Amino acid sequence: MSALPSYASAGQRAWYYGFRTICGMIFFFLIFPILIIVPLSFNAENFFTFTPQMLALDPAGYSLKHYEDFFTNPDWQQALRNSFAIAPAATLLATVLGTLAAIGLSQSHVPWRSAIMAVLISPMIVPLIISAAGMYFFYSRIGLQGTYLGVVLAHAALGTPFVIITVTATLVGFDRSLVRAAASLGANPVTTFFKVQMPLIVPGVVSGALFAFITSFDEVVVVLFLGSAGQKTLPWQMFTGLREQISPTILAVASLMVAISIALLTVLELLRRRSERLRGLTPS
Amino acid sequence: MTTTDTVSAAAPPADPPPQPLTTRDGIPLKVSLMRALRREKMRAMLLIAPLLLFILLTFAAPIADMLFRSVENGIVSNTLPRTVEALADWDETSGEAPGEPVFAALHADLLIATEKKTHTRLGSRLNYEASGMSSLFRKTGRRAGRMDEAEPFKAQFIDIDDKWGEIDTWQVLKTFSPPLTSGYFLNAVDMELTPGGIEMKPESERVYLFLFARTLFLSLTIMGCCLLLGYPVAYLLAALPARTSNLLMILVLLPFWTSLLVRTSAWKVLLQQQGVINDFLVWTGIVSDAGRLVMINNQTGTIIAMTHILLPFMILPLYSVMKTISPSYVRAAKSLGATDWTAFWRVYFPQTVPGIGAGSILVFILSIGYYITPELVGGTSGIFISNRIAYHISSSLNWGLAAALGVLLLAAVLLLFYVYDKIVGIDNVKLG
Repeated sequence: MSALPSYASAGQRAWYYGFRTICGMIFFFLIFPILIIVPLSFNAENFFTFTPQMLALDPAGYSLKHYEDFFTNPDWQQALRNSFAIAPAATLLATVLGTLAAIGLSQSHVPWRSAIMAVLISPMIVPLIISAAGMYFFYSRIGLQGTYLGVVLAHAALGTPFVIITVTATLVGFDRSLVRAAASLGANPVTTFFKVQMPLIVPGVVSGALFAFITSFDEVVVVLFLGSAGQKTLPWQMFTGLREQISPTILAVASLMVAISIALLTVLELLRRRSERLRGLTPS
Repeated sequence: MTTTDTVSAAAPPADPPPQPLTTRDGIPLKVSLMRALRREKMRAMLLIAPLLLFILLTFAAPIADMLFRSVENGIVSNTLPRTVEALADWDETSGEAPGEPVFAALHADLLIATEKKTHTRLGSRLNYEASGMSSLFRKTGRRAGRMDEAEPFKAQFIDIDDKWGEIDTWQVLKTFSPPLTSGYFLNAVDMELTPGGIEMKPESERVYLFLFARTLFLSLTIMGCCLLLGYPVAYLLAALPARTSNLLMILVLLPFWTSLLVRTSAWKVLLQQQGVINDFLVWTGIVSDAGRLVMINNQTGTIIAMTHILLPFMILPLYSVMKTISPSYVRAAKSLGATDWTAFWRVYFPQTVPGIGAGSILVFILSIGYYITPELVGGTSGIFISNRIAYHISSSLNWGLAAALGVLLLAAVLLLFYVYDKIVGIDNVKLG
């Protein structure tokens, strides 16, 4: 498949190029909707399609007015602030608890290991609408519904499975004799953790934290039920915008978020390479 | 580790009698090792405990609460305790409304209930089971305080509303008086609890079975589309040299990492009747300006958008399985005279089946519980059972029914996940 041999028949040749065309179209389907919103967000009109002026590449057809709206509209700015108030707190909580638990789970003797793992991973498996419904019922009983703390706790719970999975994956390649060596040289468990174990598993922790951050930053179902107007996040604002009166400002926000995901993807890829290098593998 | 070191020092090899091995401080080795093991277990548990506790409190408890809410029905016996007690003696098959003692108890209960304003809540609860109950309780509550305590209550109640003289009203009250009920679950599968037992609801009132069927159908369709589109891409990615496939992988990972709402809004914009796709089709002349396609707010919209959103979840497991298949199998098959198709179908394809299983179940699990995308692009014909759950939580306020529907959905997902765990293993979940 990787290269067409010179003796290939006409039929094989046709299939080879035909198959690549089909794959090209599927790739186009994957990437096109995401890329198309970027030029559309510079539309000078309040339309969701290309105006004749834009197609003629006339500078008058383009403008930054939707971005301006995003940065000046108090609703969007409040949502942005709320998102940045909730996501880091949830990330911190999820990362600290998740990392500790992953280290605990990687020990050789853990009673009821698979049962514990199943409970800890469950927030990732249970459909969001069910988590949201359960949390809404329960948190309104104990007075956390509609509070900042309630949303942070819920988002942290949703983010921990990702931290556990990424940190556990890094710990698989971790040489336990390094901890023993540190202990035999007189380091106490805390020093061992921070000086020996932590630097080696840091790529896993950071990528877990990124996953937790993006989980909270993108999350809309739970915050929709658990939050009140004071916790309106960016995805929530987008959701109401899409459901009620759709304004082109959404496209500007979406384009900015695509830029954020590209940055995130780059960071994760760099981390993956670093982690593989540290574990003595050649990065592919 | 110190224990093993000291053992060798404490047990000289020249010692002939089979004495139990001890550490240097005289503790038998077995005990000492057990102690070390226990310490290690304790340390592991101490590290896990904070998160376990956190998840149990913030996540497992809410789910358990939801399970409880789907059967809980304390409201009737809490609001009308005396009536429920008096009703226990009434035979609902007798064909007659209950006697004076029950009405006297109802009067006493309603006096307290109206003071605490709980009778309206009871009315709306019973209204889920029989319409008209809400207004009946509101009306009666207003007048309960003005009743003449010397006269028989039965006549006065029937005077307020004839419904109090009807057996149906009392049958509903009696049927739903126990503190636990299967009513919500029966409602969730289009059945109802009647005095004669469990029956299917009238044809015109059946909604949920249809909705479950549609959720299943749409999820299967989305799964099929993802497999159809994901298989060739995963195959290409696995066959190409690492450098090229890593570059193409970005095209799969970027959508995976892009916010769900960004992708949904992109489809909302693209699929509109005045959107880019329709404009393009009109421009090329495939459709006329008047005949613009309706691709949003219906099932087509849901299928297109969700296939796009879930496609990476199909490609990634398929790719990781295909990557491990050695190309020499196919080469061997061809050298033995197989045609390209036979080599693929008889040799390559069977080896990818685990990947197909993993990807399909993953996509199916994710799509069956989807809420946001169907809500935004599904209109009324493209929505899932989860949208109905959300509706009952925030609009109709029938929380018990929402909880029952949620429990059924959760059971389905957990069952599927059990299958996934058997095929793939929970530890093999990989990200990115």
